[in-house]
Amino acid sequence: MSEGNRVLGDGTAAASGRAGPLDHSYVQVRSTRPLTLPDVDVKARAGETAAELSGVQRRRKRVNAIMLGFASVSSLLAIIPLVAIALFVLVQGVNSLSLDFFTHAESDVDAFGIPLGIGNTIAGTVLIVLVACLVGLPIGLFSGIYLAEYGRGRFADVVRFLADVVAGIPSIIAGLVGYALIVIPFGFSAIAGGISLALLMFPVVTRATEEVLRLVPLSLREGGLALGVPRWKVIASIVVPTAANGIVTSMLLGVARVTGETAPLLFTAFTHPYWEWNPTHPVSALTVTIFNYVNDPDPTKHKMAFAGALVLVAFVVGLNLVARLVFRRRLAGRT
Amino acid sequence: MTANTSDAPARMSIPQDTVAISIQNLNAYYGPKLAVKNVSMDIVRHSVTALIGPSGCGKSTVLRCLNRMHEVIPGAHATGTVQLEGTDIYGPSVDPVQVRRRIGMLFQRPNPFPTMSIFDNVVAGLKLNGRYSRAQLAPIVEQTLRQVALWDEVKDTLGKSAADLSGGQQQRLCLARCIAVKPEVILMDEPCSALDPIATLRIEELIRELEANYTIVIVTHNMQQAGRVADRTAFFMLNDDGTGGLVEYGTTEQIFTAPRDRRTEEYVTGRFG
Repeated sequence: MSEGNRVLGDGTAAASGRAGPLDHSYVQVRSTRPLTLPDVDVKARAGETAAELSGVQRRRKRVNAIMLGFASVSSLLAIIPLVAIALFVLVQGVNSLSLDFFTHAESDVDAFGIPLGIGNTIAGTVLIVLVACLVGLPIGLFSGIYLAEYGRGRFADVVRFLADVVAGIPSIIAGLVGYALIVIPFGFSAIAGGISLALLMFPVVTRATEEVLRLVPLSLREGGLALGVPRWKVIASIVVPTAANGIVTSMLLGVARVTGETAPLLFTAFTHPYWEWNPTHPVSALTVTIFNYVNDPDPTKHKMAFAGALVLVAFVVGLNLVARLVFRRRLAGRT
Repeated sequence: MTANTSDAPARMSIPQDTVAISIQNLNAYYGPKLAVKNVSMDIVRHSVTALIGPSGCGKSTVLRCLNRMHEVIPGAHATGTVQLEGTDIYGPSVDPVQVRRRIGMLFQRPNPFPTMSIFDNVVAGLKLNGRYSRAQLAPIVEQTLRQVALWDEVKDTLGKSAADLSGGQQQRLCLARCIAVKPEVILMDEPCSALDPIATLRIEELIRELEANYTIVIVTHNMQQAGRVADRTAFFMLNDDGTGGLVEYGTTEQIFTAPRDRRTEEYVTGRFG
């Protein structure tokens, strides 16, 4: 096939004259004696063994069934609280869901001084979570990228450790930090609330982003570098897009985590019964409102609290579902 | 010819005006450990040079030193001189990124970018380094895909993901991606070891076609492959102190039919390795 044979012949083994497994001497089989089994009652032996086997088998099946039972019951016990909460909130709150519920602010009261709706708290929650995302997601994303791509020294270890610590701080402490840093100099605001939530959000995003980026194979990075693409661009244009759905998932989970937080907002965003779109002003949040209304003597407010809880649960479940779908769809498309 | 058993590598002389890459006293380290000791050899322009030798002898390390990919591994560095057309790529003010635009690399496992289409993969080296319009890129895509004999197979599916291609097609795509940036040298690190024999033969045909316009250095475990594609072959081996080094460098014909070093002779006749 090529122009001229450039290689020595490969008959090295034959040339050296050593005997190999295909040598004649191994293939001589000629025996006149027929093959016989030792003198044993084969049938009886087989019967014994079968009985033994089925005894062992039965025990094994029993243990298997018991273990399976344990696992199933445990799983059920784990699912029951979630289903119970969802159903309870659904039953209690669905009747109070109405257009009024979403379109009126707490400031719009009826003849008895009861609010017609808590739309402003939903809007307030949206505003606070938006601020939290604007602050927490970039910090989480870029610190995750740093840890995965450049983080090899002592500094990176410290960052990782601190991220894990911050991930576990009680949420009320996050609220106190926001209070001390922002509320005392500037007063209550959605921004203070957002920043407190960002503190809780970013470690989740950081660690998850780092994990997902580490899963991107080294061969892709090398392929980009070998083309003469600068390192930062390899990360931005090749590595991060490859890990994109994992990163999006981690962000959605970060958002889901903080949407349901109450304590940090108690003394950062405070409350505000009016529609409020300015983040530098105090706003009402859904979680705080639920807390307040449940403690209120008025039964209408109780119902609205449950309706609010329903909205919250639906939002968090929805966010998790979307995260899962995004992840699975991109994954399926790739393989 | 009697076998040469001295320590100095036996090599031929090469006229300087035909040299594309001149390696002088290259030492490669992984952290504190010296992996490759004192390699010196000249690579001839527009030819195929094969680096052969048993596993772990440093051939891939030497190859990666040629386009400064060796230092990408944390803690790894190299000393010595590697001159590309007269300029030392390890010089103090040399940017490794620029070096890699002149010296491309094909890896053992095909590594097309999964988030990009076939079209974008081919011109990834261009798009990521400058602004080009689609009108400028389309003829480049067609030309390079024709050069790697992939155009007819993918011309109707340029927008599809590169992951849908077979291994051999992916490797040819990576080769197209490599030559689209018009490098002077193409380094290949066992490019066919993950491919079936038919795909391997097609890559080897391509190597012989590309030889006219590119300088190619290929690391291979397969001696028959070196015999089929390479003009010159360098034989590497692990020394007793655990470092790899160059044993012999000559024309492929000479290495395989009349090796001057006893160790080379033992390797190419299959007595070890």
